[in-house]
Amino acid sequence: MSAGATPARMKVAASPHIAARENVTHIMFWVVAALAPATLWGVWNMGMVAVVLLASCIGGSVGTEWIWNRIAKRSQTLWDGSALVTGLLLALALPPRTPWWMGLAGGIVAIGLAKMLFGGLGWNLFNPALVGRAFLSVSWMGVLADVRPFPGGWYSAIDVPATGSLDAINGATRLAIAAADRAAGGAYGIDLARYYEPLLVRNLEGSFGEVSGLLLIAGGLLLIAKRIIDWRIPAGYIATVALMSWAFGSDPLFNVLAGGVLLGAFFMATDYVTSPMTRTGRLVFGCGCGLFNVVARFFGPMPEATTFAILFMNGLVPLIDRGFAPRTFGWVKRRG
Amino acid sequence: MRGRHAVATRVFKGGIHPADCKDATSALAVTRAPVPQILRVPLSQHLGAPCAPTVGKGDRVRRGQVIGDVEAMVSAPVHAPASGEVVEIGGVLLASGARVQAVSIAPDEDQDFDRFESIERSGSVPATVRAAGIVGMGGAAFPTAVKLQPPKDMTVRTLILNGCECEPYLTCDHRTMLEHPEWVIRGAELIASAVGATRTVIAVEDNKRDAAAALEERAGSAVEVMVVPTRYPQGAEKQLIWAVIGSEVPHGKLPAATGALVHNVSTAAAVADAVDRGRPLMERVVTVTGNVRTPGNYLTLLGTPVADLIEAAGGLHGEYGRIIAGGPMTGMALADLAVPVVKGMGGIVVLDPGDTAPAVHGDQPCIRCSRCSDACPMMLEPFAIGIYANRADWDGAHRFHALDCIECGCCSYVCPTRRPLVQLIRRAKQVLLEKGASL
Ligand code: SF4
Ligand code: SF4
Repeated sequence: MSAGATPARMKVAASPHIAARENVTHIMFWVVAALAPATLWGVWNMGMVAVVLLASCIGGSVGTEWIWNRIAKRSQTLWDGSALVTGLLLALALPPRTPWWMGLAGGIVAIGLAKMLFGGLGWNLFNPALVGRAFLSVSWMGVLADVRPFPGGWYSAIDVPATGSLDAINGATRLAIAAADRAAGGAYGIDLARYYEPLLVRNLEGSFGEVSGLLLIAGGLLLIAKRIIDWRIPAGYIATVALMSWAFGSDPLFNVLAGGVLLGAFFMATDYVTSPMTRTGRLVFGCGCGLFNVVARFFGPMPEATTFAILFMNGLVPLIDRGFAPRTFGWVKRRG
Repeated sequence: MRGRHAVATRVFKGGIHPADCKDATSALAVTRAPVPQILRVPLSQHLGAPCAPTVGKGDRVRRGQVIGDVEAMVSAPVHAPASGEVVEIGGVLLASGARVQAVSIAPDEDQDFDRFESIERSGSVPATVRAAGIVGMGGAAFPTAVKLQPPKDMTVRTLILNGCECEPYLTCDHRTMLEHPEWVIRGAELIASAVGATRTVIAVEDNKRDAAAALEERAGSAVEVMVVPTRYPQGAEKQLIWAVIGSEVPHGKLPAATGALVHNVSTAAAVADAVDRGRPLMERVVTVTGNVRTPGNYLTLLGTPVADLIEAAGGLHGEYGRIIAGGPMTGMALADLAVPVVKGMGGIVVLDPGDTAPAVHGDQPCIRCSRCSDACPMMLEPFAIGIYANRADWDGAHRFHALDCIECGCCSYVCPTRRPLVQLIRRAKQVLLEKGASL
């Protein structure tokens, strides 16, 4: 026995020497897995258009990231899966009548403008998928507003995009009915509760990702259970939407289920990069999203209530982070 | 036996739950590692002034004899761990990569471990502890005698013995509490009376209930055993004080400002050994575990080369990643197995390549997932300090309280993009301290 029996290859590095197994790819995998049931159900019900839309959005986002990295001579970042998730979310937030070239344009804008221009993963202020969607809705307002029931089904032909009414309120035409009824003080006597079941199970008017509210909720709960997203954002968001709707005299559950709130609350507002860093901050952020969503829906002429509510709150994240900065252990005051 | 022990009602915010990996050694009684052919005993095994050698090449030394000492207040003498002949006084590389002076001893063939040169113990407890060369054995290696003489303007009310051993893999403190609870308790009483503490608490993580029970059985009414939740870094000084007395160490102040003083359980056992039996610190229990053939808790002479200790544990077994001196969260990856065992080294962990943290390279992005800030026991925002440190914006790092970081490693552990957060923050601290920034 002697000293100096050092093996040839010793690996040296700074502590800590062990690490949690979770990495970005795992996280993105779980997000995709959580969205898979809703996506498949959408494809099944909307047919080929949904496949084309998925392919064009994801092609636009992933392709842009790849080309950008090539041109900027940066190492490829496709492995992290975040461009894929952006494309997927964008597609899910679009109505099935969206033509493929719009999906492609949306994907390009989402990654090129909203992500890479800001410095790539981690540096963007606004949710890329929502920027893509907002860009499309501002550029071709009628197309995204056209959410008449889409009787697609597997193998159905792609419809010619209709130029719908410009004043349609975001989400489903049901939202317009609800708004009209509410404006008339309930004169039409519409019972919104009869929409619960279609919205939860099979709703063909709206974007293709929200055919079934139940599947979105299940996916969201999966991410909460896997501790990938913080429950505070969806909980704050949904509770605020319900409470505010009720306060304004509308059916709370209907307002939660319609108009992309579930997709927004569980999957868009929870985007790490564009949401706050502290627990309290995230609760405030979720509530803020819900508040602006309802206000925009009930009082704004603004279509796209969900999209713009979340984007608006994205812009407030630096402020929220400052306001709710943690109090360092041993300090009396918060860092601010 | 679930007795009278108190259960902590507080737990710090943040922290992590790595796999504790203690099962391989927690049930194994301490055995003595064989005497190596050569002992390289560093003259600086502690924080503070290095010792000067008091012996020369060719001298015969007896076990327990002082071989290095210095006048300085913050220091600790070094003793011969075994009888033998001094063959060299020269440099040796420590686990940290620092090069220090060491006395190399060729031990005699026959060693009687029960015979040693007793230390002078007619003086006060701190004087005896100093003479015994005792330093913090939980890893900090701060001279214990200094901590036994708190500044005049501070009153120590509570003595906390740290039996958390929150680093994964390590079981040396666990075995000491289990096999020698009476030494730990005796040490606690000696330290408490030296500093004038009126309350003594031994804190043990709840994955070592057998140790808590053993301590309880022997603890008199003056010593409380408190079970604290298993969570890394429960054994960090500030977090432990919070769990036991509910006070935060005010920023920029010594822990004693809360009226609490923390010592490691193995340190307490060494204090009892010194005061009652005149025994200097010549050996310590080292957990050798991971990918070695016979993992175990080995009573090891200080100065034993790590290579010999791994040999004593049956040798390397299978593939290995990094080899760590200390625990995997805060220990040092060894570049060379010739480094000697020192007073603060509680373990040698041969990590499996699959368990070794992936190397970090390049500028990994921060995806703002907030895992690091959720895990930080100091409630810092490591991602932000990391971003500023990466840009060499030291003022920015300072604004985010970089200097409050305790370098526990939780942030790096959880980061899904593997940003080298602790390294970045350490760098910021270093620069800030050089620039004379105050906390
Ligand atoms: S190493 Fe520092 S910043 Fe990181 S978790 Fe520990 S205390 Fe916080
Ligand atoms: S854990 Fe890593 S990726 Fe997440 S916020 Fe902290 S530094 Fe950023």
